[in-house]
Amino acid sequence: MFSMKCSNLIIWAVSLCTAQFSFAQFENILGGSVMGNIESTFQYYAPDSTINAQVPPSKTGLNSFANINYSIGKFRAGVRFESYLPALLGYPARFNGTGLGYRYAGYSNDFIEVTVGNFYDQFGSGMVFRAFEERQLGLDNAMDGIHLKIRPYKGIELTGLIGKQRYEFNSQLFNGPGTVRAVNLDVDFSTIFPKLLEKGWQFTVGGSFVSKFQTAQSPILILPENVAAYAARFKVVYKGFNFNAEGVLKENDPSDNNGYIYKNGYGILANFGYSQKGLGILVQAKAIDNMSFRSDRTAQLTDLQINFLPALTKTHTYNLAATLYPYATIPNGEVAFQGDIFYTFAKETLLGGKYGTKVSINFSTVYDVKRNIIERDSFLRGYTSTPFVLNPDSLFFRDFNIEISKKFSKNLSMKFIYFNQAFNASANIVAQSTGYIYTNIAVVDMTYKINKKHSIRAELQGLWTKQDQGDWATLVVEYTISPNWTIGIIDQWNYGNKTEEKRVHYLLATLSYIKGSTRLMLNVGKQRAGIFCVGGICRQVPASNGVTVSFTHSF
Amino acid sequence: MIMMKYHFLLSFLLISFLSIAQDKLPNIVLKDMNGKSVNLSQLTNNGKPIVINFWATWCGPCKRELEAIHEVYESWVEETGVTLYAVSIDDQRNVDKVKPYANAQQWAFEVLLDTNGDLKRAMGVNNVPFTFLVDGQGKIVWKHNNYNPGDEEELLHKIKELSKQ
Repeated sequence: MFSMKCSNLIIWAVSLCTAQFSFAQFENILGGSVMGNIESTFQYYAPDSTINAQVPPSKTGLNSFANINYSIGKFRAGVRFESYLPALLGYPARFNGTGLGYRYAGYSNDFIEVTVGNFYDQFGSGMVFRAFEERQLGLDNAMDGIHLKIRPYKGIELTGLIGKQRYEFNSQLFNGPGTVRAVNLDVDFSTIFPKLLEKGWQFTVGGSFVSKFQTAQSPILILPENVAAYAARFKVVYKGFNFNAEGVLKENDPSDNNGYIYKNGYGILANFGYSQKGLGILVQAKAIDNMSFRSDRTAQLTDLQINFLPALTKTHTYNLAATLYPYATIPNGEVAFQGDIFYTFAKETLLGGKYGTKVSINFSTVYDVKRNIIERDSFLRGYTSTPFVLNPDSLFFRDFNIEISKKFSKNLSMKFIYFNQAFNASANIVAQSTGYIYTNIAVVDMTYKINKKHSIRAELQGLWTKQDQGDWATLVVEYTISPNWTIGIIDQWNYGNKTEEKRVHYLLATLSYIKGSTRLMLNVGKQRAGIFCVGGICRQVPASNGVTVSFTHSF
Repeated sequence: MIMMKYHFLLSFLLISFLSIAQDKLPNIVLKDMNGKSVNLSQLTNNGKPIVINFWATWCGPCKRELEAIHEVYESWVEETGVTLYAVSIDDQRNVDKVKPYANAQQWAFEVLLDTNGDLKRAMGVNNVPFTFLVDGQGKIVWKHNNYNPGDEEELLHKIKELSKQ
C-alpha cells in the first residue's frame, strides 16, 4: 500500500517537472496565480552522553511540507502536503506519515467571501477565537468546516463560521471531537463617515459570539455540552494617540485545565499608545481568569485551543534571553502590566552623534489573580476573583530591559542590551528547578561591513544567575556574503553550572546558501535541551547532537 | 491503473495551472497601523514598482534590513518611484508595539499588519524576512528569502531594472 502511494507521489513529481514547460502556451487562456512553498528538514541524531542527547530508534527524522495556493479570478483553492518520516524530535509524536493536512476551496467578491474546508481566522485580540498555525513548532489548530464573511456596506464586516479543529495527523488530517460555531461583527466608523478620518479620527467597534459543543458522559458531573463565550471591543485612534480594549466573558466550562469547576471565565486587555516621529510609548494591561477554552475539555498543552491569550511580555530576540526562561501565559489566571518606550536621539545631537542613537526600554510584570475560595461550594464554582485584583505574593514574571542601538561609522553598528528578570519556575514549568530564578543578562551585538557584499557579525551574550543551571555565555560569529552565503558558529557554554561535568559547550556550525526564494541550510553540532520559539510561541525540545539539513523554496 | 490515470490527469491540470502562473498579489485585506483596511490585490503605485517586505518586531535580521533600507529609502523613491510596504507578521502579543516602534524609527514606508498570517500563508512565506518585488502591472517579478547586509543593493538593482522598462 505504502509503495503504491510512493510511486504515485513520484509520478506526480515527475510530471510536475516535465510538464512545466510544455504548457506555457496556455498562459493567456488560463492565467491564474499559484503561490506557495516547499520546505523540508532532515535531522540525523548522534549520541552524546555529555549533554544527554536523545536518539530516536530511526536515528533520523524528516519533516516536509508543500503549500500550494491557486487563485483565478474570484475563485481560490489550496492544499498542504505534509510528511513526517518520522517527525523530528520535539515535534508532536502523533504526527506521522504522508498526506494532505490542509485543503480548502473558496470564492470571494466585494460582498462575500466563502471558504469550505480548512481555514484560519482571528476575532479581535484572539482572546475569544483564533485559529492559527506555527508550522515550525507543529502548532496548528486549523478549523475544518465552513467560513463566511459578508461586507454588506463599506466598513462593516460580518463573519460566521462552523467547524471542527485539527488535532492530529496520521497520513491524513484528524479533527478533535468538539464543534466550534462563531459569529463576529466589526464596524469601522471612519470608513462609513469619511469626515471622521479627515479630522484625524479612526473609530472601530466589534463583538463576537463563540460557542463550542462536545458531548458529555460523566457519571459524576452534569457537564455543559454547549459552552458560550462573548467578546466586545473598540479601537480609537486620534492623530498620534491609540487606545483599544477588549473584554471577553466565557460561561462555565469545567475542564481538565481548571479542575472541573463551574466558574465563569473572563479576560480584559487594554492598550494605550502614543507616538510621533522619533518617539513611541505603549502601556498595556491584562487581566484573565479561568480562560482556557478548548473544543475538548480533556485537551492539554497547545491542543484544540479555541482562543489565544497573548503574553504581556516582550518577545526577545537573543537566545539566552529568549529561550532559557521565556514567559508563557497562564490561562487559569493572570494580572499583567507592560510598558514600552522607543526613542531616537536625532542625528547631530550630543547623544545622537553622526547617525542617531536608538533606545528602547521595556518593563513587564505578571502576577496571579487573588482567589477568594468559596466555603460550602455546592455549585463547584471553586473561587471568586475581581478583575485586576492580584495576589501580591504570587509574582509569575518580571522583566526590565533596555536596548541601545548605535551606528558608529558607515561600516560599524552595535547594539547593547541589558535584562533583569525574575522568573517563577514553579508557575511556568520550563526550567530544571522550581522556585524563583533571578537573572541578569547582557548582550553586545556588532555588525561590521567589510565592503558592499562582505560582512561580519558577532554576538556576545552572558546570563548570570545563582539558581537553576547557573551562568551561561553565548558567542555567535557570522560571516555573510550578500546575497548568497552565510557561514556561522554558535557556542553556548554553561560555564557556571554547579555540577562540573555539566559545564558543557554546545557548539553548532551553520552554513546556508540563498538564491532568490530558495534557501539551503546545513547545521552540524549540539542543541541544548530547552525551548524553541518562533515569534514568542515556544515548545520544548530535547538535547540533540548531529546534522540538520533543510531546504525551503517559495513559488 | 485507473488510479494512476487519475493522478496523471490531476497533475496535468496542476501543471497547466503552475506553468501559466501570473503571480499577482492575493485578494487579501490587511489593516494598516491605524486600523484602515488595505486590499493587497488593489495596490497600485501609478505603474511604478512595489516592494512587499515581511518582518516582525522580534526578528533581528528583519530590523537590520528595514533599517538599511530606511537609510536610503528617500533616494530610492526619488530615483525609481518605488513604494515599500513593510508587512508585520507580529501576532496579538506584539502587534500593538508595531506603531510606536515604526514611528520611533521614523520609517517613511507603509506598514501593514498581518496579525494572523493570512497574507504570509497566501504568498508562501515560511520565514521572515522575505521580500517580494512587484512590477507596475501588479505582477510579482522577484522574491528573496532572508537578509544579509548588502542585499538591499541587489533589491535596488532589481527595482532599477524594472523602472527602466
